[in-house]
Amino acid sequence: MRIILDRISHSYADTEVLRDVSFDLRAGEIVSIIGPSGCGKSTLLRMIGGLEQPTAGRVLISGAAPEGSLNPLTYIFQDFALLPWRTVQGNVSLVLEDHGIRGAAAREVIADVLARTKLSDFRHAWPRQLSGGMKQRVAIARALAVRPAVMLMDEPLSALDSQTRELLMDDLVELWTRTPFSAAYVTHNLAEAVRLGHRIVVLSRRPGRIREVVAIDMPLAERPARMAELATLQRGLWEMMRDEAAAADRELTHA
Amino acid sequence: MPDSTPPEARPEARPDTAPDTVIDIPTDARPVPFRGGGFRPRRHPFLAPLVLLILLGLWQLGSSSGFISPIAMPAPKDVLIAFRDLITTGTLWTNLSISLYRLLTGWLLGAALGITVGLMIGLFSQARSAALPIVSALFPVPKIALLPLFIIWFGIGEGSKVATILFGTFFPTVISTYAGVDAVDRGLIRMGQSFGLKWTSIVRKIIIPGAMPGILSGFRISFSIAIVLLVAAEMIGAQHGIGAYILMAGAIFNLGELFAGVIILSAIGLVGSWLIGKAEKRLLDWRA
Repeated sequence: MRIILDRISHSYADTEVLRDVSFDLRAGEIVSIIGPSGCGKSTLLRMIGGLEQPTAGRVLISGAAPEGSLNPLTYIFQDFALLPWRTVQGNVSLVLEDHGIRGAAAREVIADVLARTKLSDFRHAWPRQLSGGMKQRVAIARALAVRPAVMLMDEPLSALDSQTRELLMDDLVELWTRTPFSAAYVTHNLAEAVRLGHRIVVLSRRPGRIREVVAIDMPLAERPARMAELATLQRGLWEMMRDEAAAADRELTHA
Repeated sequence: MPDSTPPEARPEARPDTAPDTVIDIPTDARPVPFRGGGFRPRRHPFLAPLVLLILLGLWQLGSSSGFISPIAMPAPKDVLIAFRDLITTGTLWTNLSISLYRLLTGWLLGAALGITVGLMIGLFSQARSAALPIVSALFPVPKIALLPLFIIWFGIGEGSKVATILFGTFFPTVISTYAGVDAVDRGLIRMGQSFGLKWTSIVRKIIIPGAMPGILSGFRISFSIAIVLLVAAEMIGAQHGIGAYILMAGAIFNLGELFAGVIILSAIGLVGSWLIGKAEKRLLDWRA
């Protein structure tokens, strides 16, 4: 399955946030989307998942979703978006119930995704009892339960401390290596972008336009060992963004 | 971070010498004065009964010494006699049952209707635009002022009293319910939509549980309003019920009975808020 963004432009009231953005997400590929704050990265992600409609342009799907995919376009949110009144397994079961998966079938799926995210011992815990990293693991387990074709990740590690972030990045790479998924990974963290992205889409300051698309031709699993090369890449990206980030920082918010 | 690195991995640690733990303490060294703590309620379970006993003792002492005039305040003994009479003549049950019937019917109907209308206002903007101005206009009207109207509409019997309590509890419940719906994290609703949940599932599994804390705290408020209206309605036009009993006791200067009636009202209020507390524990067990 392939997602194509065709000349997307968007405005809120009189603020133009995106202008003429086109790129595609190919099967089994992670695309990192970076840009200064307020450049419309998250808006773009909401459009890919059908939670928002662009003022101009189209988001297209080509090809059928893989067999058994319950929710082809699945989000992972920065704030986890777990229901506080459901336990870990209840939060996973939430997204299965509407597909008629209950009882033994549901228990099997839940056990599988919790094992993959190393949460098997915590299935009866309440979200309030979990650390940030564990909460995001639950959200990842919930996303895996619906067998997504494309994961839409909106700053998934930004609410976590840096050590937890490292652990979760390793987990994501491990999950991807076992069963490659495609993903749009929105982040403002360049280190995450170069660790997880096969391609990196660099957006400009508002209104967001594509400044450059950088391809990283290095297998994900090899990247921790080749940090020096990644650091060079990351510095290049930062040089590209620096002035725009500084200018974006000095902008007044229109809220 | 827990120190899990083995000592030999640390660059400055040498395996043959233990880390320097003995430090030189100067003679003028003194502890940093403690200035934290406090502002955190602790439990003192014996204090409340103790205060109650002391107050009862002072009351008994004042009454038996003649310091408290029996015209202003009954002796504790008089209150006990009033309770004994209430029980032996069976009037406790007649008054309590009729009062509880009015209170519970009015409150439960008012709360049920209030939750329904509150959910409608919270979920549909048409309902909000249509009903909210009316709710806001009627909410501040003291419902007891409508009792004469309700007597005309529903007769002097139970109908008018139940209706007063129903209307009195309906409006606060509407307001706390729709405010509870408004307070539900929109991020959770977007999450539900992004996983393709049905509209009914989103309402049932995300919005209603999310609004539940607001609804239950509304129950506390509406229950105390219900007791106020019960007594007021019974004082205006009823032969039986705790309110009528208190009014009658006052008319014949029987302060023992008057106090007994007030104590029963307090007990009803306490039991009610205890039950709501139980419900909160059950329904909101996901909170800390």
